[in-house]
Amino acid sequence: MSGSLRRGALRWLRARLEASRTETTSARTLRLTVPGWSGHEAGQHVDVKLTAEDGYSAQRSYSIASAADGDGLELTVQAVDRGEVSPYLVEVMQPGDELELRGPIGGWFTWSAKLSGPILLVGGGSGIVPLMAMLRQRIRAGSASPFHLVYSARSPDHVFYQDELQDIGRRSRGVTIDKIFTRSGSLGDERSPGRLRAEDLPAASGEISPATGPTASDAAGRTRVYVCGPTAFVERATQLLIERGHPADVIRTERFGPTGG
Amino acid sequence: MNHPDDFALDGNAVAGPLSEIFGVDVTSIRVTCEDCGATAPLARVAAYVRGPGSVLRCRSCTSVIGRFARSRDSIWLDLRGSTSWQLRATS
Repeated sequence: MSGSLRRGALRWLRARLEASRTETTSARTLRLTVPGWSGHEAGQHVDVKLTAEDGYSAQRSYSIASAADGDGLELTVQAVDRGEVSPYLVEVMQPGDELELRGPIGGWFTWSAKLSGPILLVGGGSGIVPLMAMLRQRIRAGSASPFHLVYSARSPDHVFYQDELQDIGRRSRGVTIDKIFTRSGSLGDERSPGRLRAEDLPAASGEISPATGPTASDAAGRTRVYVCGPTAFVERATQLLIERGHPADVIRTERFGPTGG
Repeated sequence: MNHPDDFALDGNAVAGPLSEIFGVDVTSIRVTCEDCGATAPLARVAAYVRGPGSVLRCRSCTSVIGRFARSRDSIWLDLRGSTSWQLRATS
């Protein structure tokens, strides 16, 4: 994992907001320029620090949404009710405003094109963000690794990267995108809304799932799985994946929780 | 959502602060639990980060395997509960 085992402590860097995009009514993607940024791998995160005029500061971790791209990176932030940091990032911060960040952080929950085997991505809510970075990195790197994304969201209105995902699903060979809705779906959905079920997930190679057909597999016959979401989602998804025959040691997880937003 | 483990994140959540101490990516560090002997990458251990400090617990037996806290001018690290932290040498 080049870049992940760098010597030297992480430094706080100044980041400037260049532009932003609205993802949902309560989530926004921030395009930041970070002079001195060392680059990152898909799946890594950053710590963000905001400091008030009186010196009070608050820190939060956010996953990087973008593929590696010079000194720029994108974060997608979901506003947490009564949060200290996220409402500012989603509703208040303007282009030209600055914040401090350090990173990239984490060499475990990462994907790079050097991994040639099949990949299953399972995201709940804003857990899609680091998985989107992996999908974008796959496309940027021209990798042919089979990717299957299972994205669980409350409703179609809560889906991040809506148009881009649709576009990728249509155009990219070897990429399968399944969205499942937990509260309310779209008209004509075959699946009734509800939390993640075993049949929403492809079975490990060898078995045939009615929805997706046989799962592609590498020489070792194993699909690497990345799961990201709130703790309860990750626990459930992991349990269901094991029921579907995925060995525990191929499943890499990242949990986020109610840490004050 | 009342089960206490809904508050358990994983080692990824403490990777930023711990890298201040270790100076390398910490999520791949292999930590061995003193109580049950299980070894796991830090990314897989349970992390409770909502208190004034953070507590790491073994996912196999739930024993505490490390704690750290930050005050205004120091970082406290207490690794009682783990027998070893194995980092891959880069050179």
